[in-house]
Amino acid sequence: MSLLEVNELKTYFKTAEGTVPSVNGVSFSVEAGETLAIVGESGCGKSVTSLSIMQLVSDPGEIVGGEVRFEGKDLLNLPKKEMRKYRGNEISMIFQEPMSSLNPVFTIGNQVGEVLRRHKGLSRGEAKQQAIEMLKRVGIPRAEQIANNFPHQLSGGMRQRVMIAIALACRPKLLIADEPTTALDVTIQAQILDLIGKLSEEENTGVILITHDLGVVAEMADRVVVMYAGEVVEEAPVYELFERPGHPYTIGLMGSLPKMSEQRDRLDSIPGAVPNLLDMPSGCPFHPRCPFAIEACKQTKPALEEQQPGHYVRCLRAGEVG
Amino acid sequence: MGKYLVKSLLQMIPVLLLISLIVFVLVRVTGDPVALMLPESATEADRATLTRELGLDLPLYQQYGIFLTNAIQGDFGTSFRYGESALPLVLERLPASFELAFAAMALAVVIAIPLGIWSAVKRNTFIDIFISGISVLGKAMPNFWMGIMLILLFSVMLGWFPVSGRGGLTHLILPAITLGVSLAAQMTRLIRSNMLEILNQDYIRTARSKGIFELFVIGKHAFRNGLIPVVTIMSLQFTSLIGGTLITETVFAWPGLGQLLVSAVNTHDMAIVQAAVFVIAIFVILMNILTDLVYRLLDPRIKYS
Amino acid sequence: MAIPTESGAGALPVPPKKRSEARGLKKGLRQLLRSKTGMIGAVIVLIVCLIAIFAPLLATHDPNAVAPIDRLKPPAWLEGGSSDYLLGTDNLGRDIWSRIVYGSQVSLIVGIGAVLVSGAIGAVLGVTAAYYGRWVDAIIMRLADSLLAIPTILLMLVVLAVVGPGMWTLIFVIGATNWVSYARVVRGEVLSLKERDFVKSARMIGARSGRIIFRHILPNVMSSFIVLSGMNVATTIIMEASLSFLGLGITTPDVSWGGMLSDGRQYVATSWWVATFPGMAITITVLGVIFLGDWLRDVLDPRMKLKNG
Repeated sequence: MSLLEVNELKTYFKTAEGTVPSVNGVSFSVEAGETLAIVGESGCGKSVTSLSIMQLVSDPGEIVGGEVRFEGKDLLNLPKKEMRKYRGNEISMIFQEPMSSLNPVFTIGNQVGEVLRRHKGLSRGEAKQQAIEMLKRVGIPRAEQIANNFPHQLSGGMRQRVMIAIALACRPKLLIADEPTTALDVTIQAQILDLIGKLSEEENTGVILITHDLGVVAEMADRVVVMYAGEVVEEAPVYELFERPGHPYTIGLMGSLPKMSEQRDRLDSIPGAVPNLLDMPSGCPFHPRCPFAIEACKQTKPALEEQQPGHYVRCLRAGEVG
Repeated sequence: MGKYLVKSLLQMIPVLLLISLIVFVLVRVTGDPVALMLPESATEADRATLTRELGLDLPLYQQYGIFLTNAIQGDFGTSFRYGESALPLVLERLPASFELAFAAMALAVVIAIPLGIWSAVKRNTFIDIFISGISVLGKAMPNFWMGIMLILLFSVMLGWFPVSGRGGLTHLILPAITLGVSLAAQMTRLIRSNMLEILNQDYIRTARSKGIFELFVIGKHAFRNGLIPVVTIMSLQFTSLIGGTLITETVFAWPGLGQLLVSAVNTHDMAIVQAAVFVIAIFVILMNILTDLVYRLLDPRIKYS
Repeated sequence: MAIPTESGAGALPVPPKKRSEARGLKKGLRQLLRSKTGMIGAVIVLIVCLIAIFAPLLATHDPNAVAPIDRLKPPAWLEGGSSDYLLGTDNLGRDIWSRIVYGSQVSLIVGIGAVLVSGAIGAVLGVTAAYYGRWVDAIIMRLADSLLAIPTILLMLVVLAVVGPGMWTLIFVIGATNWVSYARVVRGEVLSLKERDFVKSARMIGARSGRIIFRHILPNVMSSFIVLSGMNVATTIIMEASLSFLGLGITTPDVSWGGMLSDGRQYVATSWWVATFPGMAITITVLGVIFLGDWLRDVLDPRMKLKNG
């Protein structure tokens, strides 16, 4: 039994212009202690996938189908009250924006201690003590002092460390990190990733790492899921993926891998942009941008098929392209 | 903090000067001050005496200087209707007005905060539309009409509360509701839109990701941030509070400063009008400084500078 | 280059829209039809306008005709009522229906008139402040700040105490104390427009300042102006009624709903209709203006709509 199993997850956004299938039948699994990276461009549905696992999708968005099994139990069927016991406790999450993810009017100690009070039933004093311990573990100097500070007194990197402290305070089995380093300085990025890697290894925590940065993937992940337009287009162990990328989109992503320390977010080598999910192209959603597209790609929507053991690709020409 | 207070108090001076200038210009230049300050039955001799007494034969800037010197000493002249110095008359009415204003503000806060939050949390549901509808209605209804209707219903038809005057709690209830509801109507709308903004913040998502109860997400994380704009809203409402108090006091014959001012305006008792305007202006400015202090207390990001 | 990042749950790839003026107007009308409250507001305002325009046809009596014999008659459908007086009569025997009909004229004239006055003052001061900058700007904006610090009703009371009541006084007094928000908006918009290319190029080809203001800047501030006015008409109508209620506003022969309420207050114990109907007239009219104003805001200022959810 996997730690987390996501089956045919569907999250739609019902807007005035129509229904947007942001996550459209996504499946994958995470084992204990494993790091799974979910990769794709902005708007491909990777963030919505992670929020769906936490059941934190905000308003017009709604989970309309599928399963999210955590240690075998389907979280989507749990009453809200039960689900809350998992959040921040068994499964926790780090967000992209450390600058705005902490509440400006409460002290750091209070915000870290809050999860401990909630899930471990600690008193205010005990929670504060443990919060300080946790702040030390994530490498915050002068933790006793910082615990009494407010978020605006800390740098972005420090705030992300605080977010990690909050996420890991209850020793969760699964950590979801949604672009944890995107908003940070290049020099800080590596430190934060190292920290996540080190702490998850110590506790044998499963990690879902959402990113658009293949450099981060190569460094951190055991397995990779590539998403495009709300669907999984390729899944493979990390070495296999870099060795033999099977989907033209993945190949495009590789081509846009920034060279050494160069900072880029655009996938320059793939022409065009993620399609408007309200007006999806027929057949394979990637065909308008695909250099390998043939006539059939416009009509037939390919299925996710296993090319090698553990290596799945959603492409009609999977065998020929790679 | 002490420095900040001194600075704010010093900033009062130009505003007060402007008000004094406006009052001076209006009273001394636009109208005939002698006619305004004397009852209609005054004789020609009275007029001449008063003209000299008031120094109206002096150049304007000197007159303003005298006016200002007297005002600083609390001397706004004598009310011809009461035959007494104006300032004590005005100050005497303050407790009644404070009682009404405070009760109304407290009522408004008690109504508006929960309704505004509830409306935002349940946005676009029936409850939200219902609350929004009520608050729009409260805004559209002139509060003197609401006061009269409350008198009709609760005093005349049901006989629960006295029709007018000041006394115990029973006297206070209807005027406080009249004034409080119209304040609450504006407040609810503002709190709702503030809350909507706050509920979209990243830190609210973080709070939810911690698995804490929704009541805490709203009551702790959102509310503490929501309090900051609420204080601003309350400070903006002092103006409507004062206007509303004037009218509500008139409707319920509440013996406060507003009623005194309105009757003074109606009878051209300018000494009282001047004294009342100054007292209210000072009160408004002090309230603004107080709000600023509370604001700083609630938001750790603001420093005294 | 802006870095495209994924912003959580709301990241929808919707292409940016470009709206032409005509399409905007058409869309606005369609939105009005879809927005129920906007539609209700428009209908109410239209009806009130029609009543005001056709007041001589709709009124059954001279609104000021005193009939001591018929004083305090209840509405027609009640016992003791007469079909002559649809909504009954007041303490002087004047027909309430006719007075309400004529009162609509005063409400609209004062409401719209005062807003035009404050709009004009605000526009002139705002444009002046922004266009000439420096000490002109400093003085005007200080004046605006100080005005905001004083409750406007106080200023009005002082002015009315000196000048005395009356409809035109009221229009100018309310107008002269409510210009601050206009001046602020106009100043802000002009400041930002001043830096835009088309204004700069107009200046380059030698257009005179006045011409630039009228041809290029004023049309651009129109929409924020209309939005502000929608809200201000509602508050002005209430303000007029309040001042008339306090005996400081409209004087006979003009009829004000606020003044009618003031008459009715003394008779509320015996004759509820005298105070009830004019109050309803004010509430319904203001409600209509608010609804219409909210719709205008939604259509003309999408930013504000987002803010209000």
